[in-house]
Amino acid sequence: MKLLNPQQTEKLAFAVLWLAAALAVLPILAIIAVMVYRGGSGLSGSLLFRVEAGLLPAIVGTLLLVGLTALFAAPLGIAAAIYLREYARNGPLVRLIRLAVVNLAGVPSVVYGLFGLALFVTLLHFGRSLLAGACTLSLLVLPLIISTSEEALRQVPRGLREASLALGATKWQTVRRVVLPNALPGIITGLILSISRAAGETAPILFTAAFFSLTHPFPKSVFDPILVLPYQLFVMATEVPNVPSATKWATALVLVLVVLGLNLLAIILRTRLRGLQRW
Amino acid sequence: MHVKGRAIATWEWFVESAIRLAGILAIIFVLLIFAFLLRNALPIFRQVPVGNLLGGRFWRPTSEPAQFGMLPLLLGSLYVTLGALLIAVPLGLSCAVFASEVAPARLREVLKPLIELLAAIPSVVYGFLGLLLLGPWLANVLNLPVGQFAALGSLLLALMALPMIVSIAEDAIRAVPVALRHNSLALGATRWQTIIKVVVPAARSGIIAASLLGVGRAIGETMTVLMVTGNAAVIPQGLVGFFRPVRTMTATIAAEMGESAYQSSHYYALFAIGLMLFIITFVTNTLADVLVRRAGGVKT
Repeated sequence: MKLLNPQQTEKLAFAVLWLAAALAVLPILAIIAVMVYRGGSGLSGSLLFRVEAGLLPAIVGTLLLVGLTALFAAPLGIAAAIYLREYARNGPLVRLIRLAVVNLAGVPSVVYGLFGLALFVTLLHFGRSLLAGACTLSLLVLPLIISTSEEALRQVPRGLREASLALGATKWQTVRRVVLPNALPGIITGLILSISRAAGETAPILFTAAFFSLTHPFPKSVFDPILVLPYQLFVMATEVPNVPSATKWATALVLVLVVLGLNLLAIILRTRLRGLQRW
Repeated sequence: MHVKGRAIATWEWFVESAIRLAGILAIIFVLLIFAFLLRNALPIFRQVPVGNLLGGRFWRPTSEPAQFGMLPLLLGSLYVTLGALLIAVPLGLSCAVFASEVAPARLREVLKPLIELLAAIPSVVYGFLGLLLLGPWLANVLNLPVGQFAALGSLLLALMALPMIVSIAEDAIRAVPVALRHNSLALGATRWQTIIKVVVPAARSGIIAASLLGVGRAIGETMTVLMVTGNAAVIPQGLVGFFRPVRTMTATIAAEMGESAYQSSHYYALFAIGLMLFIITFVTNTLADVLVRRAGGVKT
């Protein structure tokens, strides 16, 4: 005997789907609410900008690290995307590159840390440093930059390329003067998302760049280790005793604000710049 | 004119070569990662028989004599990953079906970015929340001995993996031709019957791919599990094991690499764990990639 007729089953099933959607949205709302509520009270100008027992060194370190990471990864990632979308013909090489990109994206972050330790820290003698950390992280964000840039290039209408080529421009002239400027909004959005990703990563820099020190807060060169927000939060939460709870929560909030702020910026930029385009 | 033309042609050739090299570098990086992991892991395979490494029941890298049995770590990772999938796959699939088949367009526009945000939160923040808030609270509610256990890691990993699973499953569902839906509806099936008997089965490659990528994501996650799963290198037992401390492969590397002496057996053993992780994620990601392409989820 059937308990429910098809119409009733459908009602029930759709109710369950609505519930699932609500259940999936709830955590992010709860996380943001808790972070703001618990972290907001400990967040103050003095905590943010104090060097000693403050967050300034970690914020500066994070900025340096992600800046250098973007500097390394962006040209490489964008060039790879240009190759895949504008130059390459479908074949075994492209198939292999795509497979490599997918797998680079899937390599566990701690394995990047191991690789960075073996190659940059040890073999190339960068030591545990800003430079080694940026090199490691730039590999980690590379697939993200490639796929977002490729998507941006894909959005550029074919007609623009054909018009440029028909006017006698060479392939590279077309790419540089027509395709790239039009794909720029999407490419920049992808870059910001990659920076946001790099800013939140901890495992890859655990043995390649990060340290916790109160006496040497700022790096003097790229060969110095650095304080960064995610590592500072990790150390505060697990290793250093007697950190006031308010400070921990405030640190976590700052990290989340940095990362979500970058994400928001990317979204706004994308809609704004897309509005400027005329197709 | 002729000279200028040749200069341009040379420049074009130079640029194209440089750009092609950038693409090929992606392949080289994957090979490099594999080579460096292998190089630093090989010595341990000479020192300890593979059977003792993979099947050994005790991970005691600092005792005398040291033991490098990875079974507890493998099973720890398996427990956490399995738990995460049990939560994330049904929830993610439901959300994907909801977003593509049921939700009003307006709601979908809000739902998707909100779920995407889950992936933007750094894993160390998930760990922080689990360690300070969710773990103690759950331990209290469920009457557990400790606030750090496998299922807590699973729960947080499920949240992290959710956006990816939703997005890939939704792409797969959207790629199912509209005609199939219309045919089913025209035969008198309800929308739900159409979804569950026509659309979801037609999208199954993409859905399996989404789950596989979820496996890769969950098994490779480090900071969260390091902070919330208790890090006890014991072999988890039965269902109760989900509610006891475990230690994953990733957490072991993160916790011990800083303390292991350079080129000691311990150092090599940690690279061997890294090599295993690399191989596991390589296989799942490659498989997922094949399935996604078959599902037509990737537009090329």
